[in-house]
Amino acid sequence: MANKVYTWIDERMGMTAIYNTVLDRNVPKVNWWYTLGSASLFLFVMQGVTGMFLMIYYVPSPENAYNSIQFIMNGVSYGWLIRGIHHWGASLMVLTVFAHMLRTFFFGAYKFPREITWVTGVVLLLATLGMGFTGYLLPWNQRSYWATTVGTEIPGTVPLIGSFFTQVLRGGADLSAVTLTRFFAVHVWFLPLIILAMIGTHLYLVIRIGISSVPKKGE
Amino acid sequence: MSDSHNLSRKGFVNVVIATAGALMGAIIAIPAVAYLISPATKIKQKESWISAGPLENYTVGEPALFSFTQTTINGWEKTVNSYGVYVMRFSEDEQKAFSNICTHLSCRVKWSDEDRLYLCPCHDASFDEFGEVVAGPPPRELWDYPTKIEEGVLYFHFGAV
Repeated sequence: MANKVYTWIDERMGMTAIYNTVLDRNVPKVNWWYTLGSASLFLFVMQGVTGMFLMIYYVPSPENAYNSIQFIMNGVSYGWLIRGIHHWGASLMVLTVFAHMLRTFFFGAYKFPREITWVTGVVLLLATLGMGFTGYLLPWNQRSYWATTVGTEIPGTVPLIGSFFTQVLRGGADLSAVTLTRFFAVHVWFLPLIILAMIGTHLYLVIRIGISSVPKKGE
Repeated sequence: MSDSHNLSRKGFVNVVIATAGALMGAIIAIPAVAYLISPATKIKQKESWISAGPLENYTVGEPALFSFTQTTINGWEKTVNSYGVYVMRFSEDEQKAFSNICTHLSCRVKWSDEDRLYLCPCHDASFDEFGEVVAGPPPRELWDYPTKIEEGVLYFHFGAV
């Protein structure tokens, strides 16, 4: 019965073809360093899901941000777990994405015909760092407030346009509700959509071109 | 499957995968569902018996306003609302606790000693000392809360009107 249902759907959607292309493609003999991309993808999905759950209770305003997170931690069942996964997953994702970049670099996997895969990967690394930067402010505690104060001051050292850039990041002269809401919007919509688009391109290219093998001695 | 008593290798693997999958699914699903429904499972009972102080503080035949506050906590938001009840002792052992909320549009009624009526400032409604409508638009008499007396102290059962 289940088989019949599957066949009926597959005849119309061609899922087997997608499965064969995406998961049953040929790969060279590789090692554990080649799992970092999948690990990053898994962490991105996990951050997305736990982030959605956090948004159920989180309120991005100076009056409510801190208290809503206290409520998540102490008032909601398993809130500590979901926030904990999001918190530690964020750091872990930066690590895996960065290690993935190092692997690609040292194995020379960025070379022809995979330059665009590399470029989208660079955007993904930067967007991941951006997620870390914007997400760090959202708890609106002393640490996040001052970390963002310092972080938004750094572009201010650029000659001529620096202070303007700082003001754009902050949405004004100082950190305020405006900063919090724009960081929140960037954290939950702008960067995730950019990351999704880049992951789509990245994976399309990985499937289209295939992955490079481990370089041999003398190559 | 030639021998139905023995699990084939494939059957064993299928059982293990299904069990492990179900276990992992539950480990993910239980916290997720608990997280979502948790505030609904922690609603504090809104009705409660509230003490209006010793019964002897109230004069028979004279309605007296008793004001109190009720705190509700929703998530991290604490809301304090003020309420009032008119305690009216009809005799030594018969009393009522009237809500001071007009049954028309929820303005607060005020007892007037000279008229011996509860007067509503909004639409000139008035209620007599028994809470019955005397004049104006209210559709029904004043609400009153059940009362009880324990060791000389008057309690009324306050709930959402």
